[in-house]
Amino acid sequence: MILIGELSLWVALLMAAWSTTVSFAGASMRREELIDSGVRGLYATFAMIVLASVGLWTALLSRDFSLEYVASHISSTMPSAYVFTAFWSGQAGSLLFWALILSGYSAIAIATSRKRNKELTPWATGTLAAILLFFLSTECFKANAFTRLSFIPLDGRGMNPQLQNPGMAFHPPNLYLGYVATAIPFAFAIAALFTRRLDAEWLGVVRRWALVTWFFLTIGIVLGMWWAYVELGWGGYWAWDPVENSSFLPWLTTTAFLHSIMIQEKRGMLRKWNVVLVVMSFLLAIFGTFITRSGVIESVHSFTQSPVGPWFATFFFVSTGITIYLVATRLRHLEAKAELESMVSREAAFLYNNLLLIGIAFAIMWGTIFPIVSEWWSKEKITVGPPFFNTVNVPLGLLLLLLTGVGPLIAWRRASISNLKRQFLSPSIFGLIVGVVMIVAGMRSFYAIVCYILCGFVTGTIVQEFYKGMRARQSIHQESAVAAFVHLIGRNRRRYGGYIVHAGIVMLFAAFAGMSFKVEQDVNLRTGESVEMKDPYGHDWKFTGQGVSTSERNDHASQAVALEAWRDGKRYGLMSSEKRQYFDGQKQPLFNPITEVGIKTTARQDIYIVLAGVRDKDTAELRVAFNPLVVWVWLGGFLMMIGGLVVMWPQAERRNAQAGYVAVLPSAATFDSEVPAGV
Amino acid sequence: MKPRTKFLIGGAVVLGVAAYLAVTSIKETGIGYYTPTELSAKLQADSSFRNVGVKVGARVVPGTVTADPGGKRYAFQVTDGAHTFPVVYRGIAPDTFTDSVDVVVGGRMGADGTFQATELLAKCASRYENAPTEQKYKQTPGYKAAAGANRA
Repeated sequence: MILIGELSLWVALLMAAWSTTVSFAGASMRREELIDSGVRGLYATFAMIVLASVGLWTALLSRDFSLEYVASHISSTMPSAYVFTAFWSGQAGSLLFWALILSGYSAIAIATSRKRNKELTPWATGTLAAILLFFLSTECFKANAFTRLSFIPLDGRGMNPQLQNPGMAFHPPNLYLGYVATAIPFAFAIAALFTRRLDAEWLGVVRRWALVTWFFLTIGIVLGMWWAYVELGWGGYWAWDPVENSSFLPWLTTTAFLHSIMIQEKRGMLRKWNVVLVVMSFLLAIFGTFITRSGVIESVHSFTQSPVGPWFATFFFVSTGITIYLVATRLRHLEAKAELESMVSREAAFLYNNLLLIGIAFAIMWGTIFPIVSEWWSKEKITVGPPFFNTVNVPLGLLLLLLTGVGPLIAWRRASISNLKRQFLSPSIFGLIVGVVMIVAGMRSFYAIVCYILCGFVTGTIVQEFYKGMRARQSIHQESAVAAFVHLIGRNRRRYGGYIVHAGIVMLFAAFAGMSFKVEQDVNLRTGESVEMKDPYGHDWKFTGQGVSTSERNDHASQAVALEAWRDGKRYGLMSSEKRQYFDGQKQPLFNPITEVGIKTTARQDIYIVLAGVRDKDTAELRVAFNPLVVWVWLGGFLMMIGGLVVMWPQAERRNAQAGYVAVLPSAATFDSEVPAGV
Repeated sequence: MKPRTKFLIGGAVVLGVAAYLAVTSIKETGIGYYTPTELSAKLQADSSFRNVGVKVGARVVPGTVTADPGGKRYAFQVTDGAHTFPVVYRGIAPDTFTDSVDVVVGGRMGADGTFQATELLAKCASRYENAPTEQKYKQTPGYKAAAGANRA
């Protein structure tokens, strides 16, 4: 099976080359048989990559240490679940995983859109096959997962125990699923540019795939934050590390696209811009892969200098060049079909939303590549950290939060005073009340107060929308509140799914602002000694050392400290944190000792304790922190996922047909915001 | 004024403010990043450079790490092959910090030539790494055990 897998990889390479050639040839000569052959070639590439992947999984699960990849990523004592996920824990495996997802996505996208988009599909097939060809040649020539060692080691090197965590098992594949999905809209954008068919046709396919990107990137990023928080022990979930940033960039551009596409559907505006956003998302995904793989920028996520860096850089520049050429030669087909009519309109709100998302993306990009820019400019490498990213992104983010409330409710074309009053009076009052409550409760930080006012405002708009919609349904259809709620969402998935996502965003902002009130202290505790602290809400805490204990298990030994926590004089509970040393089959230590953080989560804050070390047998050195509102990050992420699912759920054909009609005839689409026309 | 013009002005203001923030905050918060060789050249040219916060990327010299048992103070040496200097770091080290890893230390060079670090990032060589070469392989515990068994 392993041999079959290795051979399949080479066959897949040939198939992708074949599909690229005949698809483009067939598309430009309009020869049906070539086009069909190209599509079959793409399916065959997918089948071969599946075989290759099965081959690698077989090698991993049978723990065949004669393969370099297997020997360097797993060991004989590792649990099978993590052996399975070791598939994508190294370079060669993750490239194969990319190719696997990309070929699967491509097969689905081409199979489902062949009938509907006859003109676009051949070009899209060729583009996707070309991207696959790139990934497969990198895999085959630069980082082959099937490379054999000249000897067979007794045991493998295993996986770093920090990576043996459910969050880490699902974080990378979700990011890949998101990254790779950017290739489908890119391929259809290229196809639309080639054929000059830049109307609504390509947007239908593209929107669905952009949602796939958005959905998986969101899950992937939030899981990554969760893993960093519970596993790494530095007490935060986001550090503006270059690798984190590069996963965030395509998320921002995709989010911008999902908003601006509505303007094109309804009003025929932003046609150039949408092409640019689609292309940018894909290029940023490639850029992200390049950053993480090449080592050109210092990051704690060092994936070490690797031979695939230059390949990715070349691919990045070639794709950028082709796209710029295509857009430049087709500008006249991309003219807008309508003009902005008023600054107080939904179009303007969405335009500003896009501007802010892209502004944030550029600021992050600038900070991320600044070490390279400054070295090239002044021969001195200057790095920037969280202070830079926070200074720039906090004000932009808050403006964006404001628009999250304004955008969905303000009228298209030109909002009247009565529209503004009807939609925004109560949410604004609610937001201000929240602000007053915060100030009375003792909050003095300007940005945090603004953030909570805006959170209140946006929450107000969302609640108002659901309330109005449910009331309308209840009076028309005589439904119960629950039925009205369910049907309201079911009948207008794009609109109400979007609101659910926005509710998740509000939770995230509230949680980020809360984190600025974090309190932490380094303490040394002997058995029986106590330390007193004040949490951000003003409660008095006491932590008493309960002693240090050691224990040994099958695959690790640990040293743990327990603390008894008291809140305002009442016993709260026990907490513990430990240091673990993992071993291999021969009881030899594997990797460094790792820290297991102790976390107690409540809705208001997490108590977070980290054992640094033990001195003189029973003095535990610890860091104790109160991290406010952290649980709302995970809940907000979960809500965004649910909202994404609601939006993505397939709609009935009737609605799609209607949306298409609206998009073709933008002048017909002059709905008031209250008409639920599948926003 | 046409709404389009108004929008463009508004957009320019927003992006202008963002760009202004980006440029000024880089000036205020940007920190120079050097190798030990570059840092020692800087210090030779201008000794007041000791008072400037910098980051240094280097490799920990194997065998030089002494950790306080409490785990909140570490002393070690870093090198880039040409220049080597001692570092004292106060704080909790990341789990990935160990002998011979690549580190980034943030802090300032003391008058005694010891780098006083307040920040320590360790790049874990075993994470997501390229497949090891045979040479590297022979240093792993599993291989050594296997080799020992063969010899016996």
